[in-house]
Amino acid sequence: MEWSGRGVLVTGASRGLGEQLARWFAKRGARVGLVARGREELERVKDSIAAEGGTAVAIVADVGDKEATYAIAGSAAELIGPVDVLVHCASALGPLPMPLLLDTACEDLASVLETNLIGPFRLTKALVGPMVLRGLGGAPPAASDAQRSVVVFISSDAAVNGYPAWGAYGVSKAAQDHLARVWAAELAEAGVQFLSIDPGDMNTKMHADAIPDADPSTLLDPAVVAARIGAILEHRAGIPSGTRLEASSAAKAVSA
Amino acid sequence: MNAATFPRDRPLEERLLHVDSKAGTVRDARVGDLPSLFRAGDLLVVNDAATLPGSLAARTGEPFEVRLLSHDAGTSWQAVLFGPGDWRTRTEERLAPPRLRAGDRMVLGAHEACVVAVDARSPRLVTLRIDATVQDLYRMGKPVQYAYVERDLALWHVQTAYASRPWAAEMPSAGRPLTWGLLLALRRRGVALASLTHAAGLSSTGDAELDARLPLPERYEIPLETVRAIARTKQERGRIVAVGTTVVRALEGAALAGDGVLVAGAGATNLRIGPGFRPRVTDGLLTGVHDPAASHFALLQAFAPQVLLERAYAHAEQEGYLGHEFGDSSLILPG
Repeated sequence: MEWSGRGVLVTGASRGLGEQLARWFAKRGARVGLVARGREELERVKDSIAAEGGTAVAIVADVGDKEATYAIAGSAAELIGPVDVLVHCASALGPLPMPLLLDTACEDLASVLETNLIGPFRLTKALVGPMVLRGLGGAPPAASDAQRSVVVFISSDAAVNGYPAWGAYGVSKAAQDHLARVWAAELAEAGVQFLSIDPGDMNTKMHADAIPDADPSTLLDPAVVAARIGAILEHRAGIPSGTRLEASSAAKAVSA
Repeated sequence: MNAATFPRDRPLEERLLHVDSKAGTVRDARVGDLPSLFRAGDLLVVNDAATLPGSLAARTGEPFEVRLLSHDAGTSWQAVLFGPGDWRTRTEERLAPPRLRAGDRMVLGAHEACVVAVDARSPRLVTLRIDATVQDLYRMGKPVQYAYVERDLALWHVQTAYASRPWAAEMPSAGRPLTWGLLLALRRRGVALASLTHAAGLSSTGDAELDARLPLPERYEIPLETVRAIARTKQERGRIVAVGTTVVRALEGAALAGDGVLVAGAGATNLRIGPGFRPRVTDGLLTGVHDPAASHFALLQAFAPQVLLERAYAHAEQEGYLGHEFGDSSLILPG
């Protein structure tokens, strides 16, 4: 897939995997919209992408805030052009240390769902409409597979396994995976692909927040994972929309 | 005709007045019936402009309202000023805005704007240099409100399901009832979809003289795929149906600018369409239900005879159709 000049929006782009994915796309000539709450961190990523010759704009917003939905979508469309690739990387774990479900306040579950599920749902709704319109643009045949727009949900093994204390987060990620499946089924002919990708355990702030005593040497470098996800997206024509992938094995499979 | 006073929850059940400009007939239908009124090979062209949060609270000494009209370039905007008060007052009854001169400054939330120029005929029409990014506008602006609407409109009330770049001063409202379920059903029927972006302006300025000059020149951008889809449709004798008067202006304006040939790209049009205008690109129009006194009614006369349109309007009024931005729809299309 040719990324040059294409609009890519990454949420959670101020650090960790989101930052590395933004850098990966920017290096390949994409126009990247960076979404996160913290202005300073976001500007730092933007400036460093620009210093390497890439194009990025910072969109300071909380994906869990309903009022921010059209601000993100409209700013992105205006500043980077039509968004062809949307990567949902922003996530909240909820209260730390992560409590058992029996100890989780309803409000904390709702807040995690707001950031990890409802927010991405709203933003996807706002951005996929124009993607479908472009995908169906004119008359059949629709855009070829390689040019299809794509929405990626960054998932977790907590979406498929019932880990103690990962309840709110795991539920939100399982629901995200299912959003991708249903959207894929509804828009099978509409030129937009939906994928959820489990990145594996990475050496990120989020991981440290969740498991402070993990040995960093056992964790993946988010830059390595970003490259794997990039490789998957470059070969996504052969992947059915709605599929849930594990980054390491899927990256091996596509590059084999 | 009564206005729909808030966006309704079931757009497919909203009423649709089908005016067959060839047969001279007027029929009642529902928006959900649209697929049955189209034929395979027809093309529906929508305006994908998103609606700006274009109503800004401003202050010099006293508070007033700035409504963004169009984005020129960079930080330069055309805007219309309204006096103190809010949307609960009809625009024509609002107090006059302060008389500003070039060089005057104003406060817009946490930002500033400078008056670059004032229109010679209508002093409330100004060019502003606004020291704010598009994101700042989203933070401080609200969508333009309407006196007949029962409560505040949020930005999501005034976006179409395919809204992309925020170019529209007010919602391109003809596309409001088009859900994706409906658009995909049209597609399954063999109706093609295409889009363009047209910077729809303001519907009302509170100044009769300025209102009479509407619409002011508006910019548009027509993608190459849309031009190709139109050519293909014409070749295969399908009908080109514009969703909204903004799409008609963009397509017909672009065709005129190209000496009758529709060319892809960006432009601006000051085309005013009325009786006697012969559309070169569009065959029909999906739009609201417009009062014979409204300016849109003149545009409709390019698509159907005045007598038929008046009969259609009288029928709609008698049958209790609802008007204005969130109202019912009409489809003017030769059978």
